[in-house]
Amino acid sequence: MSSMEISNLTKEKLKNMIAEGKRFDSRGLLDLRDVEISYGVSKKAEGSARVKIGKTEVVVGVKLQTGEPYPDSPDKGNLMASGDLLPLASPRFESGPPGFNAIELPRLIDRAIRASGMIDFSKLVIKKGELVWTVIIDIYPINDDGNLIDAASMGAVAALKQTVFPETDKDGKINYEKRTSKKLPLSKEISPISFSFFKLGDSIILDPTREEEEACDARITFGISKWNGQYMLNSCQKKGEAPLTQEDVAKMMDIIPKKFEELIKKLETFIS
Amino acid sequence: MSEMTTKTTKKESKRPDGRKPEEMRKMTAKVGVIPNADGSAMFAFGDTVAIAAVYGPRQLHPQHLQDPAKGILRCVYDLLSFSVYDRKRPGPSRRSNEISKVTQWSLSPAVDLVAFPNTVVDVQIYILQADAGTRTAGINAASMALAHAGIPMKDLICSVAVGKNDKTLIVDLTKEEEDFESGEGATDFAIAKLANHDEFSLLQFDGKIQPELVKEAMELGVKACKEIYEVQKKALKEIVEDSKSGARKK
Repeated sequence: MSSMEISNLTKEKLKNMIAEGKRFDSRGLLDLRDVEISYGVSKKAEGSARVKIGKTEVVVGVKLQTGEPYPDSPDKGNLMASGDLLPLASPRFESGPPGFNAIELPRLIDRAIRASGMIDFSKLVIKKGELVWTVIIDIYPINDDGNLIDAASMGAVAALKQTVFPETDKDGKINYEKRTSKKLPLSKEISPISFSFFKLGDSIILDPTREEEEACDARITFGISKWNGQYMLNSCQKKGEAPLTQEDVAKMMDIIPKKFEELIKKLETFIS
Repeated sequence: MSEMTTKTTKKESKRPDGRKPEEMRKMTAKVGVIPNADGSAMFAFGDTVAIAAVYGPRQLHPQHLQDPAKGILRCVYDLLSFSVYDRKRPGPSRRSNEISKVTQWSLSPAVDLVAFPNTVVDVQIYILQADAGTRTAGINAASMALAHAGIPMKDLICSVAVGKNDKTLIVDLTKEEEDFESGEGATDFAIAKLANHDEFSLLQFDGKIQPELVKEAMELGVKACKEIYEVQKKALKEIVEDSKSGARKK
């Protein structure tokens, strides 16, 4: 049945195969599954996108609200990322208060986007110190077959690029039913994409399926973007108890530019 | 004066989106939209889009919730935060809790879980895009998802909102019609019924409606449910055909 956890037997088999450089779905260790992005998940959102990576599916919506700026940044708009691992998307997700994974997912997306400088927050000010725009990114997996974080990051970037402002009147009241043609103040160059490397035994793999992900000992997620023509790492978080070696990280740093270009090329057909 | 009233009523019988009073929005349905689930479906009335996943029958924890005589049906309904103009705060609300419960009551008369004691069948319903009629779209999706999961059912459940704008009975209201204010205002009457039985499992409304019109409204609902049933059947047949041809290819 679908709700069974991965068995030790499967894990052992996977470990041996991956040590030989093979995977259940015949991909190479660093091969990405096909990516597909579509738009218009909800007309009620200011921007929305649906990302499919293999059987993994995530929907992301962007809503814009106005509010007071934070006291320490009166001349900047706000960003908020939230999301939920709905039990709809997997027999492994349970309802109730969010667990670690449900909290971590939007936080990683938030940090990758915030640190990359993709959004020019100084242009989200309506009245300095009083009224600014808050960009809210909501992430919901619809079907979890692994690598949710990377899928969500693509969805977030795609949805942000689609986002248009709703109309506002003189007092700053929003009319969500009327849209302007004005887009978010986004950098043309920077598209922060998240890359998660997974370690199983001594091997490093990219874009794992749910089964592979569960068998892995550790994960490290990088937020990567291009800034002034250079690759920039914007965020990093390691998860799991197994340590990584200096050599592991060095290897990842070599892989990143190549895979970033490969993925951006794939995404360009979907993201304008 | 009376002439004017007749004129306005005639004008008002034309609905904001040009539909006839008994005409429904374009329905779309698709089965098998969530591969992880044991059964899943999407159902849309125009701009209202619902998806549903069914997991189970599976072990129910904690144990004290188990029923040794039969499996239990458990439903969750909610809006995705960006399915509405004013962002909905994520997480369950009073409204969504109530709708979850009435959804469960709507579906359970059709479902037979006697063969699965101590288990639970989880039905998860989420609204991707809301333009009124979200609970009814959710029930239609869930009904298909249950069938897709192979849960023993004596019938499909069809659900629709009938209602009233001033004096005119209408079917499948949009948000604009739900918010209609002049005259007798808007009545939004959500019904669900077993497709081939005279058994209603959801009857819920608020507004202003005369007793004799309730009967008429239910008639309209029955007619609409027949159309919904055809859409549901077609979508379910499609997934069966697909899996047949898929198996042949293998």
